[in-house]
Amino acid sequence: MTATQPSPAPEAPARRPAPSTRTVKAVRTAGGLSLRIEPRAALSALLLLAVILAVSVVLIGSGDFPIAPADVVATLLGNGTAAQEFVVQHLRMPRVLVAILVGAALGISGAVFQSVSRNPLGSPDVIGFGQGATVGALTVIVLFQGSAADVAGGAAVGGLVTGAAIYLLAWKRGVHGFRLVLIGIGVAAILTAVIHYLLTMAKLEDATRAVVWMTGSLDGRDWAEFRPLLNVCAVLIPLVLALGRPLRMLEMGDDAAYALGVRVERTRIVLMASAVVLVSVAAAAAGPITFVALSAPQLARRLTRSPGPGLGASALMGAALLLVADWTASNAFGERELPVGVVTGVVGGVYLLWLLVTERKAGRI
Amino acid sequence: MLVESPPQTSAEPIAAAQPSRRNSIRALGLFAAVGVLLLICVLSIMVGAKEVPLGEVWHGLFQNDGTGNDVIIRDLRVPRTLLGLLVGIALGLSGAVMQALTRNPLAEPGLLGVNAGASAAVVTAISFFGVTSITGYVWFAFLGAAVVSVAVYVLGGSRGATPVRLALAGTAATAALYGYVNAVQLLDAAALDRIRFWTVGSLATANMETVRNVTPFIVAGVVLALLICRPLNAMELGEDTARALGADLNRTRVLAMLAVTLLCGAATAACGPIVFIGLMVPYLVRAITGPDMRWILPYAAVLSPVLLLGSDVLGRVVTRPSELQVGIVTALVGGPVFIHLVRRKRMAQL
Repeated sequence: MTATQPSPAPEAPARRPAPSTRTVKAVRTAGGLSLRIEPRAALSALLLLAVILAVSVVLIGSGDFPIAPADVVATLLGNGTAAQEFVVQHLRMPRVLVAILVGAALGISGAVFQSVSRNPLGSPDVIGFGQGATVGALTVIVLFQGSAADVAGGAAVGGLVTGAAIYLLAWKRGVHGFRLVLIGIGVAAILTAVIHYLLTMAKLEDATRAVVWMTGSLDGRDWAEFRPLLNVCAVLIPLVLALGRPLRMLEMGDDAAYALGVRVERTRIVLMASAVVLVSVAAAAAGPITFVALSAPQLARRLTRSPGPGLGASALMGAALLLVADWTASNAFGERELPVGVVTGVVGGVYLLWLLVTERKAGRI
Repeated sequence: MLVESPPQTSAEPIAAAQPSRRNSIRALGLFAAVGVLLLICVLSIMVGAKEVPLGEVWHGLFQNDGTGNDVIIRDLRVPRTLLGLLVGIALGLSGAVMQALTRNPLAEPGLLGVNAGASAAVVTAISFFGVTSITGYVWFAFLGAAVVSVAVYVLGGSRGATPVRLALAGTAATAALYGYVNAVQLLDAAALDRIRFWTVGSLATANMETVRNVTPFIVAGVVLALLICRPLNAMELGEDTARALGADLNRTRVLAMLAVTLLCGAATAACGPIVFIGLMVPYLVRAITGPDMRWILPYAAVLSPVLLLGSDVLGRVVTRPSELQVGIVTALVGGPVFIHLVRRKRMAQL
């Protein structure tokens, strides 16, 4: 909207009248560069970062071998005992880092899909991508009894193939949000049948393993899962963030975006492909964790109160959500450690009800 | 309920130029469909892990004297076929009623989460309340189906609804409910072993007791659906027109939801969630009969079991000697139909 004009945004022909309390600041350098900063959004991002750091420290400290938060920080800075060093470096650190990256990947790809489909329910786990990854992983588990790495590979391939199939099926002189969502729902139904078929033909122990995988779990994640995830995220998250502004223009409709100089179809395909890859690698690392991609962008939007997809805040919110869910799953039920997916699923169901009620009042769904 | 308004009846001859001729063609088509249904029923009794020749089908049905094939027919194939018949009718009619009620060609109990609601309730019954017989958990299924159908209709289907909104509301509800079902399975390994076959949607475990238990509910649902086809016709013209034609909107909505709940709840309790029957059949039927619910409902009631039993027979044949559950076959067949429907229709029509 304000591609060329810095602060304060003139009354663009936007739907909502610009609230008087809203301040958008612009930082300008001597070289003629300028950067728009929304104080509330920046503050929210800092807050989320603080939450992520704090919960990470608590998560690293909790378990069968408890470590006090101060000791955790000391160990991370290289001043811990050998035992603490071992537990932190080899057992708990990778799990927390995987949780952060998976949460960020889910949050940002949820924001992309919700923005492209222009619907707060158009998240990748509702419109078929999660099911694609599950089919890939279950094929490996049930038919080939593969190792954990094979299962991850199967999930990634399944997610990517499904993403390509949905895009091609929804293509008809361009991809429109409504068709993408409906085709995705149809594909999801077919894939669910395939998942059920694989579950019924499995031996009981394979079926149990498959159900655990389908729920989504962070148990026993180590550096081997972390590195490929980090590589993909390091490339794609900045790419998606860089396309945040064209994406925001796309929300105004293809014609308006085109008039403002956005290459509509190319931007959309790059964004969607990146989002699909992010969802697939996240599923490969931790299983198809539901509802993080659905809820993180909406929660982030309410926190920052900024218009547009809010990609960065969604990524931070996704990471924070998953960390809190993981802490809850491993500590809130006494001795019994639940997979993190159970917690996100239950929270997601409640969140969904709330979303349906409030968004329906506003007429946005 | 049955609006006996003189203006409507007197308007009919003007609307349809040759109503008697068109109606006789439709009636003829319905007879043909019944013929196909009988054929499929016989096929369903013949085909399976052990083939039964046609002559012995007759023998087994009417002169049962306890030979091997007679036992197979009496104890396995006949209950399975009857259950397929009942469940097919239930799913087809509930799909047609939902489509009329929401004025949305994509409305379908499987897609809108009604079956998932019934599933979640049944899984709760099995795992937490130790209910093991269908007489016990059919009530849970009704409760789940009723809650979800009302919730999805209210949240996604009433005023200003679009098909996308309705479908998304249903799918998201389904995702949440299956997440819950998965969690229960995870915590209760014994339940997993029982539930994982039931959640697929299968006719394989059918027996006469199940058939007897769900029959009254499905019959009640069918009668209810047939009774409201006139007001549903009126509602398809839009709320204002329907009110002007003398239809009681709220009563029709309540009765339609009740019919959907009875039909879907009973069908799901009997054989697990089965998707897409309620989507495909009314869509195909509409192409034959046009938009009149008084013809759509009977056609759907005859053709839905044809599709369901046909899928079941197909599932018994393709992966011999094991079987593909009917819920999987209907999803694999129905998914592409759904995608075709989405691609073909223009947004304005949806």
